[in-house]
Amino acid sequence: MPGTEPVPGPPEPAAPGAPALAGAPARADDVIHDIGFRHYDGTRNGRGWVVRSLLVETVRGVFGLGRPARSKVMPWALIGILLVPPVIIALSILLTHSTEPPISYTQYPGAMQLVVVLFVAGAAPYCVSRDLRHGVMPLYLSRPMRRSDYALAKFAGLAISLFAVLALSETLLLVGALLAKLSVGHQLAGWAGGVLTVAVLALVLSGISLVVAAFTPRRGLGVAAIVTGLLMVSGIVQMLVAIADQKGYATLASYLPALNPFSLVDGIAVRLLGVAPTDNATYPAGAPGLLVFTAVAIVTVGASLAVLVRRYRKGGGV
Amino acid sequence: MNRVVMQLTVRGLLGRRRAVLLVLLPVVLLALAGLVRWASGGNLQNSVNLANGFALGTFLPLMCLLIGTGVIGTEIDDGSIVYLLAKPVPRRTIVWSKLAVAWGAAVVFAVLPLVATVEIAGDDGARLGWAFAAAGALAALAYTAIFVALSVVTRNAVIIGLLYALLWETVLGGYVPGVRDVSVRQWALAAAERILGDQAAAWNVTSAVGLTPALVLLAVAMTGAVVLAVRRLQTLRLTTAD
Repeated sequence: MPGTEPVPGPPEPAAPGAPALAGAPARADDVIHDIGFRHYDGTRNGRGWVVRSLLVETVRGVFGLGRPARSKVMPWALIGILLVPPVIIALSILLTHSTEPPISYTQYPGAMQLVVVLFVAGAAPYCVSRDLRHGVMPLYLSRPMRRSDYALAKFAGLAISLFAVLALSETLLLVGALLAKLSVGHQLAGWAGGVLTVAVLALVLSGISLVVAAFTPRRGLGVAAIVTGLLMVSGIVQMLVAIADQKGYATLASYLPALNPFSLVDGIAVRLLGVAPTDNATYPAGAPGLLVFTAVAIVTVGASLAVLVRRYRKGGGV
Repeated sequence: MNRVVMQLTVRGLLGRRRAVLLVLLPVVLLALAGLVRWASGGNLQNSVNLANGFALGTFLPLMCLLIGTGVIGTEIDDGSIVYLLAKPVPRRTIVWSKLAVAWGAAVVFAVLPLVATVEIAGDDGARLGWAFAAAGALAALAYTAIFVALSVVTRNAVIIGLLYALLWETVLGGYVPGVRDVSVRQWALAAAERILGDQAAAWNVTSAVGLTPALVLLAVAMTGAVVLAVRRLQTLRLTTAD
Protein backbone atom coordinates (compact mmCIF):
# COMPACT_ATOMS: atom_id res chain seq x y z
CA MET A 1 0.00 0.00 0.00
CA PRO A 2 1.33 3.47 -0.82
CA GLY A 3 2.82 5.52 1.97
CA THR A 4 0.57 8.52 1.64
CA GLU A 5 -2.65 6.62 1.59
CA PRO A 6 -5.50 8.92 2.49
CA VAL A 7 -7.27 8.08 5.68
CA PRO A 8 -10.03 5.60 4.86
CA GLY A 9 -12.38 7.23 7.27
CA PRO A 10 -16.12 6.91 7.63
CA PRO A 11 -18.00 8.15 4.59
CA GLU A 12 -18.15 11.89 4.97
CA PRO A 13 -21.09 13.62 3.36
CA ALA A 14 -19.50 16.11 1.07
CA ALA A 15 -21.41 19.03 2.46
CA PRO A 16 -20.57 22.28 0.77
CA GLY A 17 -18.75 24.61 3.11
CA ALA A 18 -17.43 21.87 5.35
CA PRO A 19 -13.71 22.06 6.01
CA ALA A 20 -11.94 20.42 3.11
CA LEU A 21 -10.60 17.24 4.63
CA ALA A 22 -9.36 15.24 1.73
CA GLY A 23 -7.82 18.19 0.02
CA ALA A 24 -5.88 19.53 2.99
CA PRO A 25 -2.24 19.35 2.02
CA ALA A 26 0.44 17.99 4.32
CA ARG A 27 -2.09 17.24 7.02
CA ALA A 28 -2.64 13.62 6.16
CA ASP A 29 -0.94 12.35 9.29
CA ASP A 30 -3.49 13.31 11.88
CA VAL A 31 -7.21 13.03 12.34
CA ILE A 32 -8.10 15.68 14.87
CA HIS A 33 -10.56 17.43 12.61
CA ASP A 34 -11.47 21.05 13.10
CA ILE A 35 -15.22 20.92 12.74
CA GLY A 36 -15.77 24.34 14.15
CA PHE A 37 -16.53 23.69 17.79
CA ARG A 38 -13.19 23.88 19.45
CA HIS A 39 -9.71 24.34 18.14
CA TYR A 40 -6.82 22.08 18.95
CA ASP A 41 -3.32 23.50 18.88
CA GLY A 42 -1.45 20.76 20.76
CA THR A 43 1.01 18.31 19.35
CA ARG A 44 -0.23 15.90 16.73
CA ASN A 45 1.47 12.58 17.25
CA GLY A 46 0.43 10.89 14.04
CA ARG A 47 0.83 7.41 12.70
CA GLY A 48 3.88 6.29 14.64
CA TRP A 49 2.22 7.17 17.89
CA VAL A 50 -0.94 5.26 17.00
CA VAL A 51 1.11 2.16 16.30
CA ARG A 52 3.09 2.62 19.50
CA SER A 53 -0.10 2.97 21.56
CA LEU A 54 -1.61 -0.10 19.95
CA LEU A 55 1.54 -2.09 20.72
CA VAL A 56 1.65 -0.95 24.34
CA GLU A 57 -2.03 -1.73 24.80
CA THR A 58 -1.52 -5.19 23.32
CA VAL A 59 1.36 -6.00 25.65
CA ARG A 60 -0.56 -4.69 28.67
CA GLY A 61 -3.70 -6.56 27.66
CA VAL A 62 -1.90 -9.88 27.27
CA PHE A 63 -0.98 -9.68 30.95
CA GLY A 64 -4.47 -8.52 31.87
CA LEU A 65 -3.36 -5.01 32.85
CA GLY A 66 -6.17 -2.55 32.34
CA ARG A 67 -8.65 -5.41 32.08
CA PRO A 68 -11.00 -6.79 34.73
CA ALA A 69 -9.61 -9.04 37.45
CA ARG A 70 -10.91 -12.25 35.93
CA SER A 71 -8.89 -11.56 32.79
CA LYS A 72 -5.76 -11.39 34.91
CA VAL A 73 -6.21 -14.83 36.45
CA MET A 74 -5.29 -17.01 33.48
CA PRO A 75 -2.14 -15.28 32.19
CA TRP A 76 -0.69 -14.92 35.66
CA ALA A 77 -1.60 -18.46 36.67
CA LEU A 78 0.24 -19.76 33.60
CA ILE A 79 3.20 -17.46 34.26
CA GLY A 80 3.23 -18.81 37.81
CA ILE A 81 3.34 -22.38 36.52
CA LEU A 82 6.22 -21.41 34.21
CA LEU A 83 8.20 -19.87 37.06
CA VAL A 84 7.83 -22.70 39.59
CA PRO A 85 10.16 -25.27 37.96
CA PRO A 86 13.22 -22.93 37.98
CA VAL A 87 12.82 -22.62 41.76
CA ILE A 88 12.55 -26.40 42.14
CA ILE A 89 15.55 -26.83 39.84
CA ALA A 90 17.61 -24.41 41.93
CA LEU A 91 16.70 -26.34 45.08
CA SER A 92 17.56 -29.64 43.46
CA ILE A 93 20.99 -28.31 42.45
CA LEU A 94 21.60 -27.27 46.04
CA LEU A 95 20.45 -30.61 47.46
CA THR A 96 22.26 -32.88 45.01
CA HIS A 97 25.44 -30.74 44.75
CA SER A 98 25.50 -31.28 41.01
CA THR A 99 27.57 -29.05 38.74
CA GLU A 100 24.97 -28.74 36.02
CA PRO A 101 21.28 -27.84 36.18
CA PRO A 102 19.16 -30.95 35.46
CA ILE A 103 17.62 -29.15 32.50
CA SER A 104 19.46 -26.77 30.21
CA TYR A 105 18.36 -23.26 29.27
CA THR A 106 17.43 -24.26 25.74
CA GLN A 107 15.57 -27.38 26.87
CA TYR A 108 13.37 -25.48 29.30
CA PRO A 109 10.78 -24.05 26.86
CA GLY A 110 10.42 -27.46 25.23
CA ALA A 111 9.86 -29.12 28.61
CA MET A 112 7.17 -26.55 29.48
CA GLN A 113 5.72 -26.78 25.95
CA LEU A 114 2.12 -27.24 27.08
CA VAL A 115 2.13 -24.18 29.35
CA VAL A 116 3.80 -22.03 26.70
CA VAL A 117 1.22 -23.17 24.15
CA LEU A 118 -1.63 -22.41 26.54
CA PHE A 119 -0.24 -18.97 27.28
CA VAL A 120 0.09 -18.00 23.62
CA ALA A 121 -3.28 -19.59 22.82
CA GLY A 122 -4.95 -17.51 25.51
CA ALA A 123 -3.21 -14.34 24.41
CA ALA A 124 -3.47 -14.43 20.62
CA PRO A 125 -7.30 -14.40 20.39
CA TYR A 126 -7.32 -11.57 22.92
CA CYS A 127 -5.10 -9.58 20.57
CA VAL A 128 -7.15 -9.86 17.40
CA SER A 129 -10.43 -11.77 17.77
CA ARG A 130 -12.35 -9.17 19.76
CA ASP A 131 -11.59 -6.35 17.37
CA LEU A 132 -12.94 -8.44 14.52
CA ARG A 133 -15.94 -9.74 16.42
CA HIS A 134 -17.12 -6.42 17.77
CA GLY A 135 -16.61 -4.71 14.46
CA VAL A 136 -14.22 -2.04 15.70
CA MET A 137 -11.72 -2.56 12.89
CA PRO A 138 -13.22 0.31 10.84
CA LEU A 139 -12.60 2.61 13.81
CA TYR A 140 -8.94 1.63 14.00
CA LEU A 141 -8.53 1.94 10.27
CA SER A 142 -10.04 5.42 10.23
CA ARG A 143 -6.96 6.59 12.14
CA PRO A 144 -3.80 7.53 10.28
CA MET A 145 -2.60 3.96 10.55
CA ARG A 146 -2.13 1.56 7.72
CA ARG A 147 -3.70 -1.85 7.78
CA SER A 148 -0.31 -3.51 7.84
CA ASP A 149 0.60 -1.35 10.85
CA TYR A 150 -2.25 -2.89 12.79
CA ALA A 151 -1.15 -6.43 11.98
CA LEU A 152 2.50 -5.69 12.71
CA ALA A 153 1.73 -3.90 15.99
CA LYS A 154 -0.37 -6.84 17.18
CA PHE A 155 2.32 -9.30 16.14
CA ALA A 156 5.07 -7.31 17.83
CA GLY A 157 2.97 -6.90 20.97
CA LEU A 158 2.29 -10.62 21.28
CA ALA A 159 5.87 -11.60 20.46
CA ILE A 160 7.28 -9.14 23.01
CA SER A 161 4.90 -10.42 25.72
CA LEU A 162 5.72 -14.04 25.03
CA PHE A 163 9.43 -13.29 24.91
CA ALA A 164 9.20 -11.41 28.22
CA VAL A 165 7.55 -14.35 29.94
CA LEU A 166 9.99 -16.90 28.55
CA ALA A 167 13.03 -14.70 29.16
CA LEU A 168 11.87 -14.17 32.75
CA SER A 169 11.80 -17.90 33.41
CA GLU A 170 15.23 -18.28 31.76
CA THR A 171 16.55 -15.54 34.02
CA LEU A 172 15.08 -17.25 37.05
CA LEU A 173 16.91 -20.42 36.00
CA LEU A 174 20.11 -18.37 35.81
CA VAL A 175 19.54 -16.79 39.22
CA GLY A 176 18.91 -20.21 40.71
CA ALA A 177 22.06 -21.62 39.15
CA LEU A 178 24.16 -18.66 40.31
CA LEU A 179 22.79 -18.85 43.85
CA ALA A 180 23.80 -22.50 43.86
CA LYS A 181 27.34 -21.29 43.03
CA LEU A 182 27.68 -22.92 39.64
CA SER A 183 30.36 -21.45 37.36
CA VAL A 184 29.27 -17.92 36.46
CA GLY A 185 30.74 -17.68 32.96
CA HIS A 186 29.35 -21.02 31.89
CA GLN A 187 25.88 -20.25 33.20
CA LEU A 188 25.84 -16.78 31.64
CA ALA A 189 26.74 -18.24 28.26
CA GLY A 190 23.99 -20.84 28.62
CA TRP A 191 21.52 -18.16 29.63
CA ALA A 192 22.39 -15.98 26.62
CA GLY A 193 21.79 -18.97 24.36
CA GLY A 194 18.49 -19.65 26.09
CA VAL A 195 17.32 -16.07 25.67
CA LEU A 196 18.22 -16.16 21.98
CA THR A 197 16.29 -19.42 21.60
CA VAL A 198 13.16 -18.13 23.30
CA ALA A 199 13.30 -14.98 21.15
CA VAL A 200 13.07 -17.12 18.01
CA LEU A 201 10.41 -19.29 19.63
CA ALA A 202 8.34 -16.24 20.58
CA LEU A 203 8.44 -14.97 16.99
CA VAL A 204 7.44 -18.31 15.46
CA LEU A 205 4.67 -19.09 17.95
CA SER A 206 3.22 -15.57 17.82
CA GLY A 207 3.08 -15.65 14.04
CA ILE A 208 1.34 -19.01 13.84
CA SER A 209 -1.16 -18.37 16.61
CA LEU A 210 -2.06 -14.86 15.41
CA VAL A 211 -2.87 -16.21 11.96
CA VAL A 212 -5.20 -18.82 13.46
CA ALA A 213 -6.77 -16.25 15.80
CA ALA A 214 -7.30 -13.75 12.99
CA PHE A 215 -9.44 -16.29 11.14
CA THR A 216 -11.51 -17.31 14.20
CA PRO A 217 -13.46 -14.31 15.46
CA ARG A 218 -14.95 -16.38 18.29
CA ARG A 219 -12.48 -16.28 21.16
CA GLY A 220 -13.26 -19.73 22.55
CA LEU A 221 -12.81 -21.46 19.23
CA GLY A 222 -9.63 -19.47 18.62
CA VAL A 223 -8.06 -20.73 21.85
CA ALA A 224 -9.13 -24.30 21.11
CA ALA A 225 -7.91 -24.18 17.51
CA ILE A 226 -4.46 -22.85 18.43
CA VAL A 227 -3.93 -25.33 21.27
CA THR A 228 -5.25 -28.26 19.25
CA GLY A 229 -3.17 -27.31 16.24
CA LEU A 230 0.11 -26.86 18.10
CA LEU A 231 -0.29 -29.94 20.32
CA MET A 232 -1.44 -32.20 17.50
CA VAL A 233 1.44 -31.05 15.29
CA SER A 234 3.87 -31.78 18.08
CA GLY A 235 2.45 -35.26 18.66
CA ILE A 236 2.19 -36.08 14.97
CA VAL A 237 5.76 -34.99 14.27
CA GLN A 238 7.00 -37.26 17.05
CA MET A 239 5.14 -40.20 15.54
CA LEU A 240 6.36 -39.37 12.03
CA VAL A 241 9.96 -39.18 13.23
CA ALA A 242 9.59 -42.58 14.88
CA ILE A 243 8.07 -44.04 11.69
CA ALA A 244 10.77 -42.58 9.46
CA ASP A 245 13.45 -43.93 11.80
CA GLN A 246 11.88 -47.35 11.72
CA LYS A 247 11.79 -47.43 7.93
CA GLY A 248 15.44 -46.37 7.82
CA TYR A 249 14.99 -42.88 6.42
CA ALA A 250 17.41 -41.35 8.90
CA THR A 251 17.86 -38.11 6.94
CA LEU A 252 14.12 -37.57 6.65
CA ALA A 253 13.73 -38.33 10.35
CA SER A 254 16.30 -35.68 11.22
CA TYR A 255 14.63 -33.01 9.08
CA LEU A 256 11.03 -33.74 10.19
CA PRO A 257 11.32 -31.93 13.57
CA ALA A 258 11.40 -28.68 11.58
CA LEU A 259 7.60 -29.01 11.29
CA ASN A 260 7.05 -28.56 15.03
CA PRO A 261 7.81 -25.02 16.27
CA PHE A 262 9.37 -26.25 19.51
CA SER A 263 11.70 -28.80 17.95
CA LEU A 264 12.42 -26.37 15.10
CA VAL A 265 13.77 -23.83 17.57
CA ASP A 266 15.50 -26.57 19.54
CA GLY A 267 17.18 -27.75 16.34
CA ILE A 268 18.44 -24.26 15.58
CA ALA A 269 19.79 -23.96 19.13
CA VAL A 270 21.50 -27.34 18.94
CA ARG A 271 23.23 -26.57 15.65
CA LEU A 272 23.98 -22.93 16.35
CA LEU A 273 25.05 -23.13 19.99
CA GLY A 274 26.14 -26.74 20.21
CA VAL A 275 23.92 -27.52 23.18
CA ALA A 276 22.30 -30.84 24.01
CA PRO A 277 18.95 -31.47 22.26
CA THR A 278 15.63 -31.96 24.05
CA ASP A 279 14.52 -35.59 24.47
CA ASN A 280 17.63 -36.85 22.65
CA ALA A 281 16.21 -35.73 19.32
CA THR A 282 18.48 -35.93 16.30
CA TYR A 283 18.77 -32.97 13.99
CA PRO A 284 20.47 -32.77 10.59
CA ALA A 285 24.20 -32.47 11.01
CA GLY A 286 26.37 -29.50 10.12
CA ALA A 287 25.67 -26.33 8.21
CA PRO A 288 22.89 -27.60 5.92
CA GLY A 289 20.79 -28.54 8.95
CA LEU A 290 21.23 -25.14 10.54
CA LEU A 291 20.50 -23.47 7.22
CA VAL A 292 17.31 -25.43 6.58
CA PHE A 293 15.98 -25.03 10.12
CA THR A 294 16.73 -21.30 10.16
CA ALA A 295 15.14 -20.91 6.74
CA VAL A 296 12.00 -22.74 7.92
CA ALA A 297 11.79 -20.44 10.96
CA ILE A 298 12.20 -17.31 8.84
CA VAL A 299 9.71 -18.53 6.23
CA THR A 300 7.17 -19.39 8.96
CA VAL A 301 7.39 -15.95 10.54
CA GLY A 302 7.39 -14.22 7.14
CA ALA A 303 4.47 -16.23 5.83
CA SER A 304 2.45 -15.63 9.01
CA LEU A 305 3.05 -11.89 8.71
CA ALA A 306 2.12 -11.93 5.03
CA VAL A 307 -1.11 -13.82 5.74
CA LEU A 308 -1.94 -11.46 8.61
CA VAL A 309 -1.37 -8.36 6.49
CA ARG A 310 -3.47 -9.90 3.73
CA ARG A 311 -6.19 -10.75 6.22
CA TYR A 312 -6.51 -7.09 7.12
CA ARG A 313 -6.37 -5.88 3.53
CA LYS A 314 -9.98 -6.88 3.11
CA GLY A 315 -12.09 -4.73 5.38
CA GLY A 316 -12.49 -5.25 9.06
CA GLY A 317 -15.66 -7.30 9.03
CA VAL A 318 -16.11 -10.62 10.73
CA MET B 1 -34.21 -34.18 27.04
CA ASN B 2 -35.54 -31.71 24.56
CA ARG B 3 -35.46 -32.43 20.86
CA VAL B 4 -35.33 -28.79 19.76
CA VAL B 5 -32.44 -27.96 22.10
CA MET B 6 -30.60 -30.99 20.76
CA GLN B 7 -31.19 -29.96 17.15
CA LEU B 8 -29.97 -26.45 17.85
CA THR B 9 -26.91 -27.80 19.62
CA VAL B 10 -26.05 -30.10 16.74
CA ARG B 11 -26.33 -27.21 14.32
CA GLY B 12 -24.20 -25.01 16.52
CA LEU B 13 -21.58 -27.71 16.91
CA LEU B 14 -21.33 -28.83 13.32
CA GLY B 15 -21.90 -25.49 11.65
CA ARG B 16 -19.01 -23.35 10.48
CA ARG B 17 -15.41 -23.65 11.47
CA ARG B 18 -15.47 -25.96 14.46
CA ALA B 19 -16.68 -28.74 12.19
CA VAL B 20 -13.53 -28.39 10.09
CA LEU B 21 -11.39 -29.24 13.13
CA LEU B 22 -13.75 -32.03 14.17
CA VAL B 23 -13.36 -33.74 10.81
CA LEU B 24 -9.74 -32.83 10.13
CA LEU B 25 -8.25 -34.25 13.35
CA PRO B 26 -9.71 -37.78 12.97
CA VAL B 27 -8.59 -37.83 9.34
CA VAL B 28 -5.05 -36.92 10.40
CA LEU B 29 -5.14 -39.62 13.06
CA LEU B 30 -6.29 -42.26 10.55
CA ALA B 31 -3.57 -41.18 8.13
CA LEU B 32 -1.05 -41.57 10.93
CA ALA B 33 -2.43 -45.05 11.65
CA GLY B 34 -1.97 -45.93 7.99
CA LEU B 35 1.65 -44.75 8.15
CA VAL B 36 2.29 -46.80 11.28
CA ARG B 37 0.84 -49.84 9.53
CA TRP B 38 3.02 -49.23 6.49
CA ALA B 39 6.12 -48.70 8.63
CA SER B 40 5.76 -51.59 11.06
CA GLY B 41 3.57 -54.01 9.08
CA GLY B 42 0.93 -54.42 11.77
CA ASN B 43 3.30 -54.72 14.71
CA LEU B 44 1.00 -54.81 17.73
CA GLN B 45 3.30 -52.92 20.06
CA ASN B 46 3.47 -49.97 17.65
CA SER B 47 -0.29 -50.06 17.26
CA VAL B 48 -0.72 -49.99 21.03
CA ASN B 49 1.78 -47.13 21.38
CA LEU B 50 -0.13 -45.05 18.83
CA ALA B 51 -3.53 -45.84 20.36
CA ASN B 52 -2.50 -45.55 23.99
CA GLY B 53 -0.01 -42.73 23.86
CA PHE B 54 -1.28 -40.44 21.14
CA ALA B 55 -4.90 -41.34 20.40
CA LEU B 56 -6.11 -41.91 23.95
CA GLY B 57 -3.66 -39.54 25.63
CA THR B 58 -3.80 -36.48 23.38
CA PHE B 59 -6.34 -36.86 20.57
CA LEU B 60 -9.33 -37.96 22.64
CA PRO B 61 -9.11 -35.25 25.34
CA LEU B 62 -8.61 -32.60 22.66
CA MET B 63 -11.64 -33.76 20.69
CA CYS B 64 -13.78 -33.96 23.82
CA LEU B 65 -12.60 -30.47 24.75
CA LEU B 66 -13.55 -29.11 21.32
CA ILE B 67 -16.95 -30.80 21.53
CA GLY B 68 -17.63 -30.10 25.20
CA THR B 69 -16.87 -26.40 24.94
CA GLY B 70 -18.57 -26.21 21.55
CA VAL B 71 -21.99 -27.40 22.72
CA ILE B 72 -22.42 -24.72 25.37
CA GLY B 73 -19.29 -22.57 25.74
CA THR B 74 -19.78 -20.54 22.56
CA GLU B 75 -23.38 -19.73 23.46
CA ILE B 76 -22.33 -18.48 26.89
CA ASP B 77 -19.43 -16.59 25.32
CA ASP B 78 -21.55 -14.61 22.89
CA GLY B 79 -24.47 -14.28 25.31
CA SER B 80 -27.01 -16.01 23.06
CA ILE B 81 -27.65 -18.54 25.84
CA VAL B 82 -30.15 -16.08 27.37
CA TYR B 83 -32.61 -16.80 24.57
CA LEU B 84 -32.49 -20.47 25.52
CA LEU B 85 -32.58 -19.85 29.27
CA ALA B 86 -35.58 -17.54 28.87
CA LYS B 87 -37.69 -20.41 27.53
CA PRO B 88 -39.71 -22.53 29.96
CA VAL B 89 -37.30 -25.43 29.70
CA PRO B 90 -35.76 -26.76 32.92
CA ARG B 91 -32.02 -26.12 33.14
CA ARG B 92 -31.65 -29.81 33.89
CA THR B 93 -33.16 -30.62 30.52
CA ILE B 94 -30.88 -28.15 28.76
CA VAL B 95 -27.75 -29.68 30.28
CA TRP B 96 -28.87 -33.24 29.55
CA SER B 97 -29.79 -32.41 25.94
CA LYS B 98 -26.46 -30.74 25.35
CA LEU B 99 -24.60 -33.60 27.03
CA ALA B 100 -26.43 -36.14 24.87
CA VAL B 101 -25.33 -34.31 21.73
CA ALA B 102 -21.80 -34.00 23.07
CA TRP B 103 -21.61 -37.72 23.82
CA GLY B 104 -22.96 -38.61 20.41
CA ALA B 105 -20.46 -36.35 18.73
CA ALA B 106 -17.63 -37.70 20.90
CA VAL B 107 -18.47 -41.26 19.88
CA VAL B 108 -18.62 -40.38 16.19
CA PHE B 109 -15.61 -38.06 16.01
CA ALA B 110 -13.34 -39.45 18.73
CA VAL B 111 -14.13 -43.02 19.78
CA LEU B 112 -14.84 -44.49 16.33
CA PRO B 113 -11.63 -42.97 14.88
CA LEU B 114 -9.77 -44.37 17.88
CA VAL B 115 -11.06 -47.88 17.19
CA ALA B 116 -10.42 -47.47 13.46
CA THR B 117 -6.86 -46.40 14.31
CA VAL B 118 -6.29 -49.63 16.20
CA GLU B 119 -7.78 -51.69 13.40
CA ILE B 120 -5.71 -49.95 10.73
CA ALA B 121 -2.45 -49.94 12.65
CA GLY B 122 -2.74 -53.57 13.65
CA ASP B 123 -4.98 -55.65 15.89
CA ASP B 124 -4.88 -59.04 17.55
CA GLY B 125 -8.20 -60.43 16.37
CA ALA B 126 -10.47 -57.68 17.62
CA ARG B 127 -9.22 -57.69 21.21
CA LEU B 128 -7.29 -54.42 21.05
CA GLY B 129 -10.17 -52.83 19.19
CA TRP B 130 -12.67 -53.80 21.88
CA ALA B 131 -10.33 -52.81 24.67
CA PHE B 132 -9.72 -49.35 23.26
CA ALA B 133 -13.39 -48.96 22.32
CA ALA B 134 -14.32 -49.52 25.96
CA ALA B 135 -11.57 -47.26 27.27
CA GLY B 136 -12.32 -44.57 24.69
CA ALA B 137 -16.06 -44.61 25.35
CA LEU B 138 -15.58 -44.35 29.12
CA ALA B 139 -13.00 -41.59 28.78
CA ALA B 140 -15.19 -39.71 26.29
CA LEU B 141 -18.20 -39.88 28.64
CA ALA B 142 -16.21 -38.45 31.54
CA TYR B 143 -14.20 -35.88 29.57
CA THR B 144 -17.23 -34.38 27.80
CA ALA B 145 -19.23 -34.18 31.05
CA ILE B 146 -16.31 -32.50 32.81
CA PHE B 147 -15.63 -30.09 29.95
CA VAL B 148 -19.31 -29.14 29.59
CA ALA B 149 -19.42 -28.40 33.32
CA LEU B 150 -16.17 -26.42 33.06
CA SER B 151 -17.50 -24.28 30.24
CA VAL B 152 -20.57 -23.41 32.30
CA VAL B 153 -18.41 -22.58 35.32
CA THR B 154 -15.61 -20.58 33.73
CA ARG B 155 -14.79 -18.76 30.54
CA ASN B 156 -11.31 -20.24 30.64
CA ALA B 157 -12.74 -23.74 30.23
CA VAL B 158 -10.44 -24.61 27.33
CA ILE B 159 -7.24 -23.73 29.18
CA ILE B 160 -8.23 -25.26 32.50
CA GLY B 161 -9.52 -28.37 30.75
CA LEU B 162 -6.24 -28.83 28.93
CA LEU B 163 -4.19 -28.21 32.03
CA TYR B 164 -6.09 -31.05 33.65
CA ALA B 165 -6.21 -33.40 30.69
CA LEU B 166 -2.56 -33.06 29.70
CA LEU B 167 -0.44 -31.40 32.38
CA TRP B 168 -2.04 -32.93 35.45
CA GLU B 169 -1.29 -36.52 34.65
CA THR B 170 1.84 -36.39 32.55
CA VAL B 171 3.79 -33.79 34.49
CA LEU B 172 2.43 -33.83 38.03
CA GLY B 173 1.88 -37.59 37.85
CA GLY B 174 5.60 -38.01 37.25
CA TYR B 175 6.48 -36.38 40.57
CA VAL B 176 3.48 -37.24 42.74
CA PRO B 177 2.39 -40.81 41.93
CA GLY B 178 -0.92 -40.38 43.79
CA VAL B 179 -1.99 -37.82 41.19
CA ARG B 180 -2.19 -40.58 38.62
CA ASP B 181 -5.08 -42.14 40.49
CA VAL B 182 -7.19 -39.03 39.89
CA SER B 183 -7.00 -39.15 36.11
CA VAL B 184 -9.78 -39.92 33.67
CA ARG B 185 -7.30 -41.62 31.39
CA GLN B 186 -6.13 -44.04 34.07
CA TRP B 187 -9.74 -44.87 35.00
CA ALA B 188 -10.58 -45.60 31.38
CA LEU B 189 -7.43 -47.66 30.93
CA ALA B 190 -8.54 -49.92 33.78
CA ALA B 191 -11.33 -51.18 31.51
CA ALA B 192 -8.90 -51.81 28.66
CA GLU B 193 -6.56 -53.63 31.05
CA ARG B 194 -9.38 -55.92 32.17
CA ILE B 195 -10.45 -56.75 28.61
CA LEU B 196 -6.90 -57.51 27.51
CA GLY B 197 -6.43 -59.73 30.57
CA ASP B 198 -3.01 -61.30 30.89
CA GLN B 199 -1.71 -59.66 27.71
CA ALA B 200 -2.19 -56.17 29.15
CA ALA B 201 1.15 -56.07 30.91
CA ALA B 202 3.00 -57.31 27.82
CA TRP B 203 1.52 -54.52 25.69
CA ASN B 204 2.01 -51.95 28.43
CA VAL B 205 -1.70 -51.15 28.67
CA THR B 206 -1.75 -50.83 32.43
CA SER B 207 -3.71 -48.59 34.72
CA ALA B 208 -2.82 -47.12 38.08
CA VAL B 209 -6.18 -48.11 39.53
CA GLY B 210 -8.27 -51.29 39.64
CA LEU B 211 -11.45 -51.73 37.60
CA THR B 212 -14.01 -51.31 40.40
CA PRO B 213 -12.56 -48.12 41.90
CA ALA B 214 -12.05 -46.82 38.35
CA LEU B 215 -15.70 -47.29 37.43
CA VAL B 216 -16.85 -45.83 40.73
CA LEU B 217 -14.59 -42.80 40.29
CA LEU B 218 -15.77 -42.34 36.69
CA ALA B 219 -19.40 -42.40 37.83
CA VAL B 220 -18.67 -39.97 40.67
CA ALA B 221 -16.80 -37.59 38.35
CA MET B 222 -19.59 -37.65 35.78
CA THR B 223 -22.39 -37.20 38.30
CA GLY B 224 -20.48 -34.42 39.97
CA ALA B 225 -19.90 -32.69 36.65
CA VAL B 226 -23.57 -32.92 35.63
CA VAL B 227 -24.82 -31.68 39.00
CA LEU B 228 -22.33 -28.82 38.94
CA ALA B 229 -23.29 -27.86 35.39
CA VAL B 230 -27.03 -27.83 36.22
CA ARG B 231 -26.56 -25.84 39.42
CA ARG B 232 -24.28 -23.27 37.80
CA LEU B 233 -26.63 -22.91 34.85
CA GLN B 234 -29.46 -22.19 37.27
CA THR B 235 -27.56 -19.21 38.63
CA LEU B 236 -25.61 -18.26 35.53
CA ARG B 237 -24.23 -14.74 35.58
CA LEU B 238 -23.72 -13.35 32.16
CA THR B 239 -20.62 -11.23 31.90
CA THR B 240 -19.81 -8.98 29.01
CA ALA B 241 -17.69 -10.53 26.34
CA ASP B 242 -14.13 -9.66 27.16
